[in-house]
Amino acid sequence: MTATEIPVDNGVNVEALLGVRSTLPSTPDIAKFQWRSTVSWVNGTHSRSDVETFYGFGEEQQHHTTFSYDADHPLQFAAQDKGVTPVEYVLVGLGSCLTAGIAAVAQQRSIQLRSVRATLAAEMDLHGILGADPDVRNGFSGVTVSYQIDADATAEEIQALVAQSQKRSAVYDIITNPTSVTVNVG
Amino acid sequence: MPSTNTVIIGAGHCGLAMSACLTARSIDHVILERAEVANSWRTQRWDSLRLLTPNWMTRLPGYQYRGADPDGYLSARGVAAMLADYAHASAAPVRTGTTVTSVRAAGGGYVVHTDQGVWHAPTVVLASGAAAVPTTPGLARLVPAGITSVTPARYRSPAGLPPGGVLVVGASASGVQLADELHRSGRPVTLAIGEHVRMPRTYRGRDILWWLDAAGVLDQRYDEVDDLVRARNVPSMQLVGTPGRTVDLNALSSAGVRLTGRLAGIQDGVAQFSGSLPNVCALADLKLGRLLDTIDAWAGTAGERFAPTAVRTAPLGLDLRSGEISTIVWATGYRPDLSWLHVPVLDRKGRIVHDGGVTASPGLYVMGLPFLRRRKSTLIDGAAGDAAELTAHLAGHLDALAGRRERSAS
Repeated sequence: MTATEIPVDNGVNVEALLGVRSTLPSTPDIAKFQWRSTVSWVNGTHSRSDVETFYGFGEEQQHHTTFSYDADHPLQFAAQDKGVTPVEYVLVGLGSCLTAGIAAVAQQRSIQLRSVRATLAAEMDLHGILGADPDVRNGFSGVTVSYQIDADATAEEIQALVAQSQKRSAVYDIITNPTSVTVNVG
Repeated sequence: MPSTNTVIIGAGHCGLAMSACLTARSIDHVILERAEVANSWRTQRWDSLRLLTPNWMTRLPGYQYRGADPDGYLSARGVAAMLADYAHASAAPVRTGTTVTSVRAAGGGYVVHTDQGVWHAPTVVLASGAAAVPTTPGLARLVPAGITSVTPARYRSPAGLPPGGVLVVGASASGVQLADELHRSGRPVTLAIGEHVRMPRTYRGRDILWWLDAAGVLDQRYDEVDDLVRARNVPSMQLVGTPGRTVDLNALSSAGVRLTGRLAGIQDGVAQFSGSLPNVCALADLKLGRLLDTIDAWAGTAGERFAPTAVRTAPLGLDLRSGEISTIVWATGYRPDLSWLHVPVLDRKGRIVHDGGVTASPGLYVMGLPFLRRRKSTLIDGAAGDAAELTAHLAGHLDALAGRRERSAS
């Protein structure tokens, strides 16, 4: 490192994350997390979800404020468009998860990021959710994420960042692998 | 109760290498072997299996391959014969037909129970193998009735499987070799692929192992790598012991093997594959690129590069009740069998905790595990270096014990 070099800072506290990892062998239970949200029907296809608490690091935790999200369907679906559709929230989750991962991995690899942008696109065939063709699934038939990244790194290092981010992404895993879902009615 | 300085459990290449090093230091020892020398090579290998390393790399303490085919690859039977000759030439004190039933700490040493009597020794070396038991994922129990499940330890040849399509789960050395062999036998083969290590058989006109050996990649030490946990969990290389033949995913898919993502679930008889295939292929391509860069940096000039892994549309589901698949080959890894070890050196997942083969229980050592002390610790060629260093540690421990006895006696 030369005297004029500025330390890499992507705003990610990698030491804190690695600190957690190093304590796991002695206290594996602190890794057990539970994420939560509540949802209330408003009207039509419009609902509002709140996210406030979660469990992790061995105790109850709280966001610094309650976050609220409206979901609806667009006017073209004869709905009121009071919020984005649930499937678009899935894209929001995937894009933000992969991008957070890119920042964290870049920090750990001492790569300074200048800009990271991605466009996400998900293909879907409405025959599925409309029940018009039993051979068509309800969900996405495919998802494409296209990154534009400006960073102090070679093209191969940037490709490796994006690949590692997918490898460690929770939402990428949730979308690419089956997950058991239990829905109860009280 | 017979006693000795060291009990070595297992007469494979690791146990025999350790024995040779102990003999060189005149440390009295015995090797307890459940069957005969190189038992797993005789009983748990498929017919066509050959070593992944060329013959010239078959080196053990005091032994080097001197046959007519230094660039060939030994068959499993050839390995067994070589180890039997080595045991004989080095006069290894092997007690064959002696199955260890328990190892317990007692009186500053260890009591080793076997079906042929009880041994007492201040030091014990666990050399019964990293690949003693095939591991299968929990979802294997969800496979519909009527489908044959087989592990590489039981598989012998395509003729031993029922007719029909085969799903090979796992794309490390065993998985790609069996997918290749089964496809060549004329069966439709689907290969489910998670993280894997892509490797060309030859690079710049030489065996890839020549480069890894010459450039020092295989000698990288466990106390020098950035992330040892990760290094110890790297899957085996996609190699087959056939001169000039590469069995990477491009080779398999061009031949007609169908590639899918990792087997992620089985629901109502339908196998579900992960959508992560493009990324695991990208990870493997990038990792291979970095390895070739390392080799080129050592060589001083750049060599060829291989085409990126071509990922076409991969199926996400496969109905196992349709009759398309008659057999599933679980090439999903192996683990040691330490069920008889009653010394508290295992972690919460039952894996032995060690520092370069030295456990926290004084005088108890382990050999042959992935990246034990070097990247080549699981290769035959890795046993000599590991055995020499562990013997030095073990001798120091025996000296300390002897010093303690002398001090207490005086």
